[in-house]
Amino acid sequence: MSSLEQTADGDAILAIRNLNFYYGDFRGLIDVSMDVAKNRVTAFIGPSGCGKSTLLRTFNRMYDLYPGQRAEGEINFHGKNLLDKKQDVNLVRAKIGMVFQKPTPFPMTIYENIAFGVRLYERLAKSEMDDRVEWALRKAAMWQEAKDKLQQSGLSLSGGQQQRLCIARTIAVKPEIVLLDEPTSALDPISTAKIEELIDELKLDYTIAIVTHNMQQAARISDFTAFMYLGELVEFGKTDSLFVKPQKKQTEDYITGRFG
Amino acid sequence: MSLYSRRIWTNRVGIALSMVAMAFGLFALLWILWTLFYNGFAALSWEFFTEDTPAPGSEGGGLRNAIVGSLMIIAVTTLVSTPIGILAGIYLAEFGTTSKFAAMTRFVTDIMLSAPSIVIGLFVYALMVATLGGFSGWAGSVALALIAIPVVVRTTENMLLLVPTALREAAFAVGAPRWQVSLKVTLRAVKAGVVTGILLAIARVTGETAPLLFTALNNQFYSTDMSQPMGNLPVVIFQFAMSPYDNWVSLAWGGALLIALLVLGINIFARVLFRKKSSD
Repeated sequence: MSSLEQTADGDAILAIRNLNFYYGDFRGLIDVSMDVAKNRVTAFIGPSGCGKSTLLRTFNRMYDLYPGQRAEGEINFHGKNLLDKKQDVNLVRAKIGMVFQKPTPFPMTIYENIAFGVRLYERLAKSEMDDRVEWALRKAAMWQEAKDKLQQSGLSLSGGQQQRLCIARTIAVKPEIVLLDEPTSALDPISTAKIEELIDELKLDYTIAIVTHNMQQAARISDFTAFMYLGELVEFGKTDSLFVKPQKKQTEDYITGRFG
Repeated sequence: MSLYSRRIWTNRVGIALSMVAMAFGLFALLWILWTLFYNGFAALSWEFFTEDTPAPGSEGGGLRNAIVGSLMIIAVTTLVSTPIGILAGIYLAEFGTTSKFAAMTRFVTDIMLSAPSIVIGLFVYALMVATLGGFSGWAGSVALALIAIPVVVRTTENMLLLVPTALREAAFAVGAPRWQVSLKVTLRAVKAGVVTGILLAIARVTGETAPLLFTALNNQFYSTDMSQPMGNLPVVIFQFAMSPYDNWVSLAWGGALLIALLVLGINIFARVLFRKKSSD
């Protein structure tokens, strides 16, 4: 675990430098600089409106969909700045997948839900696609539940299953990073536990960045935690030390429940 | 009188007035329907569907040419207006949400929605009939399409705007380009609503008379040639209803009943479809 002692520049997959984000005139992120470590789980916590989701949405340029939102600074991914105007956003999104708060299965069969993203970037034969769908569903711990109803609508699944389908769909494209934006806040405790187990397995192959409102969840599943407040990154470090011995007063107040 | 009992009485008077208004409206509607059914069903017979419109003074006759003509004109209208309407709706909802061009398109579409149909008939007359040398079924379809397109555009746009942002973002999040997101995810999510819009547009143009008067005109004989004047139900009803011949007037009632049933059927089908799909 020695490589985890520092926030390991060598293992950083995303290097964020002086990132500022604007919703029109409002500055939603203020000079954020941090590294996201490869094959680790990084959690983002903080009260509502602190900018944690905003930060996550800069990683896959989701804000691009909305005129009036813009980001300045650097997010380096394999030596390239993701925020560069010339960067192909669709390729970014294929490499950096995202799962949302509410389960969002596409209005198609379970099989097609997964094949949809794959077909965008790969031309696979039917049997290869079958294998890929099975692989992704197995990765998302959904195969046993879904194998007999691949041709049923994705909307026919329960909420927790839909969310795992969304994770399978994201993984199927073979991204390097998986962004999870409060993935369990709409789920019951049992489904939440399943997703958390899943995150633990997924970090072997993927880098995971998760936004969560639930501090216990952050403490349970993450290797690193970033605490944000009013658009600023207040404290960032190993989860163990941040929760046990926070360096900043604001962090301590938040994790001990004095505000937020 | 206490404040409370006064409120109760105000309530009773309010309800009574609304009931009277409802009864008045419903009475007019039922009266129309009853007259239509009474006179219309009397006109229906085997010959009604198998014989063509009779010449002045001759006995019997049917509406075969007008029924076939109407179906063909409406079929072409549907084929033309569906893709244009859906694509324009997608443009407004998915691509041009903030552009000036989209705002303009939206404005013009709204004007078209409320444009008097006779104006559209005259427009197509000037555009196609006067220049291409004659009345034709094609011109009729174009005129009806101009009425149907704005309906399809606005329903498609409104349906797409109902798609949750999260679903749209999720489709973008797997790296899909905007056109794939629109056609394969968001449009599919509101399929039932869009089909409903198309059906309502068809229902809307089925009874339009003025646009056809200046374009498809009418044809006393059976014809499936869209480049010639074409028989159609609304214009036949218009002409026959005001004629002095009893058999013509009766045929007009039958034609009116047919259109009413068709529109009613389309509306019911659209409702059933929309309810079934949206409860999934």
